[in-house]
Amino acid sequence: MTFQQAGSFKSSSSSLSRVLQHGDVPFKTFIALSSLTLLGLMVGVGVMLWLNSAPTRAAMGWSFITSTTWNPVGQVFGAAPFIVGTLATSLVALVIAFPLGLGIAVFLAELCPAQWRTLLGFLVELLAAIPSVVYGAWGIFIFIPSFVTPLGNFLMGTWGNPKHFPYLPIFKGPFFGASSLAAGLILAVMILPTISAISHDVLLAVPRAQREAALALGSTEWETIWQVVLPYGLSGILGSVILGLGRALGETMAVTMVIGNVAQLTTSLLSPGYTMASVIANEWGESRTPLYGSALIEVGLLLFSMSLLLNIIARLLVWSVSRKTPDAEGGRA
Amino acid sequence: MNTLQPRHLKRSTTHEQGRRVVNVVMLGLTGLMTLIALAPLAWILIEVLRRGSGALSVSFLTDTFKPTSLGGGGIWHALVGTGILIGLAAVFSVPVGILTAFYVSQHPNTTLGLAVRFGTDVLSGLPSIVVGLFVYTLVVRGQGYSALAGSLALAILMLPIVVRTTEEMLKLVPKSLREGSLALGAPEWKTSFSVLLPAAMTGVLTGLMLAVARVAGETAPLLFTALGSNNLSTALDKPIASLPLVLFKYAVDPSKVRNAQAWAIALIIVTLVLALNIGARLITLWRSKMLQ
Repeated sequence: MTFQQAGSFKSSSSSLSRVLQHGDVPFKTFIALSSLTLLGLMVGVGVMLWLNSAPTRAAMGWSFITSTTWNPVGQVFGAAPFIVGTLATSLVALVIAFPLGLGIAVFLAELCPAQWRTLLGFLVELLAAIPSVVYGAWGIFIFIPSFVTPLGNFLMGTWGNPKHFPYLPIFKGPFFGASSLAAGLILAVMILPTISAISHDVLLAVPRAQREAALALGSTEWETIWQVVLPYGLSGILGSVILGLGRALGETMAVTMVIGNVAQLTTSLLSPGYTMASVIANEWGESRTPLYGSALIEVGLLLFSMSLLLNIIARLLVWSVSRKTPDAEGGRA
Repeated sequence: MNTLQPRHLKRSTTHEQGRRVVNVVMLGLTGLMTLIALAPLAWILIEVLRRGSGALSVSFLTDTFKPTSLGGGGIWHALVGTGILIGLAAVFSVPVGILTAFYVSQHPNTTLGLAVRFGTDVLSGLPSIVVGLFVYTLVVRGQGYSALAGSLALAILMLPIVVRTTEEMLKLVPKSLREGSLALGAPEWKTSFSVLLPAAMTGVLTGLMLAVARVAGETAPLLFTALGSNNLSTALDKPIASLPLVLFKYAVDPSKVRNAQAWAIALIIVTLVLALNIGARLITLWRSKMLQ
C-alpha cells in the first residue's frame, strides 16, 4: 500500500492532483462503480420484473402459480402447466446428461492421454457454443423425424401401452413428434457440456495425494475414482448438475421450436407441452392486453427467481470444493 | 506374514478378477460416453454444412428481404443489423468489463470483490430471455423497440464473459511488473492502463471473441428488444433485423424456400461462432506456451 503514496513525494505536483493521488481517486471510483453496475444489474432485473408484473400479482395472487388455466381471452392466467412442463423437460435432460457428463469428466480428467485431453474437452465444450436457435432448426428438420419419432413410437407401443407390464403413463400416446420428450432430449445435449466441464474442473481440484493413497492401498483405477475421487468432489459435481438444471430451465429457442407449445397439464412426455421460457417467447407478440403482458413478465420473474436460487446454490457447492484444496487452481467454477 | 499370504491370495483370486473386469468395463464406458457426446456435434455440423451450403450464394448475402414470390431475397439487412447490434454491445460491455476486472483482481478478498466475482458467475447463468425481459421493462416499454435496446441486452450477456477472461489474464501478469511500475512513481491508474492491461491484452481479446460468440446466435432476448425488421436499417432508435431472428422466423415458416434459407443462415452463424471459439482457444494455448 505504501507504493501508492510514492507519487505524493513529488514536490512539483499541484495540490488538486495530490488530493486525487494523481488520478487514482477517480480511477478507483470508476472501477468500483463499474463493479457496482454489475451487481446493480442483478438486483435491477429482479426489481424491474417485480414492478412490471404487479397487475397480474394483484389480479391472480398465488393462484398464478397453482392454477392450471391459462386463458388469455378470459383474462385468467395460471402458470402451473408451464412450471410443470419446465420441470419435466429439465428432468428428462438431467437424467440423460448427468451420467453422460460425469462419465466424460472422469474420462477427460483421469484416463484420457494428455495429448487428446485438450482437443476432446474443447469439442465437448463446442456443444455449448452452438446457438439455441440452430439446435431448434436441427430439432425440427432432422432430430425429431429421424430419432425422436422412432423412439417415441417405440416407447408408446411398449411401456406406453396400458396392456403392457409395467405400464408407464409418462409414455402414453398419442404422439406426433413435437413433444416434451423431444425438448428434453435436445436439452440433454445442450446442458451436457455444462455438467462435464464443471465436473472436470472439480475432479482436477481433487488433490493428487488422495488418488495416490488409494492406488497404493491396492485399489484399481475405477475403485480409486468411484470410492475416493468422486466422493471428494461430490459437492462440486452436485453443483455442476444444478448449473446444468439452471441452464435447462432457461433455454428458450430450441425448446420453443420442438415442444409443440400447448398449454395443458399432462403426465405424458410424448404429448406436446410448454415451458416457462417458451411461453414467454411464443406468446409475446400476441400479448395485446396489459394484463397478458404482465402475466408473461411474471412468468419471467418466476424463471428469474428459480435460476437465481439454483445458480447461488450451485456456485457455493462448486466453490466449496476448490476452497477445500488450497494448493489446487480453483478451476473455472 | 508368510503363513497368511498364500491363503489370502487363493481366496481372493476370483474376487480379484472381478475387480479387474469392473475396472476395464467402467473405464471403457467413460470413453464410450465421450464418443456418444460428440455424435450430436458431428451430426449438427454435417447437416448444417450440407443443407446450408446448398442455399448459400453471393446474392443471398447482398440482397435484402423479398417475398418468396419474388425469390425470397437475401439477408443483407440482417447481416448489417447483427453487425450493429454486436458492435454496439461490445462498445458497452468491454469498458465496463475491463474496469470491473481491474477491481476484482485488485480486491480479490474484500466483501465487494467477492460479491462481484460471485455476481459475475450468477449473471452468466441467468437465462438470456430474462435479460431480454429486463431490458424490455427498462427501455422498450418507454422508448419502443430499438437497436439500442437489443444491443443493451446483448451487452449484459457479454459482460460476465469479458470480466471473467480479463480477470484470469490479469491474474497471470507477474506481480513484479505492477510493483516495478508503482515503484517508479506511476499512479495506480497509469500502472493499470499502461502496464497491466497491455500485458493482459490477449485476455481481453479472447474474452471479447468468446463474448461475441456467445451472443452472435442469441435470439430470445432480441424478441423483446430489437424486434426484427424486413427493412435495411441502421437507425439505432428503430427496430432492426438480426441473423438469429431471421433464422428463427424462416425455420418455422411453412415455405420450403424459407427453410432452405434458414439453413444457410445457420451455416453462417455456426461458422462465425466456431471460428471465434477456435481462435480464442488457439490464442489462449499460444499465450500459455509463451508464459512457460
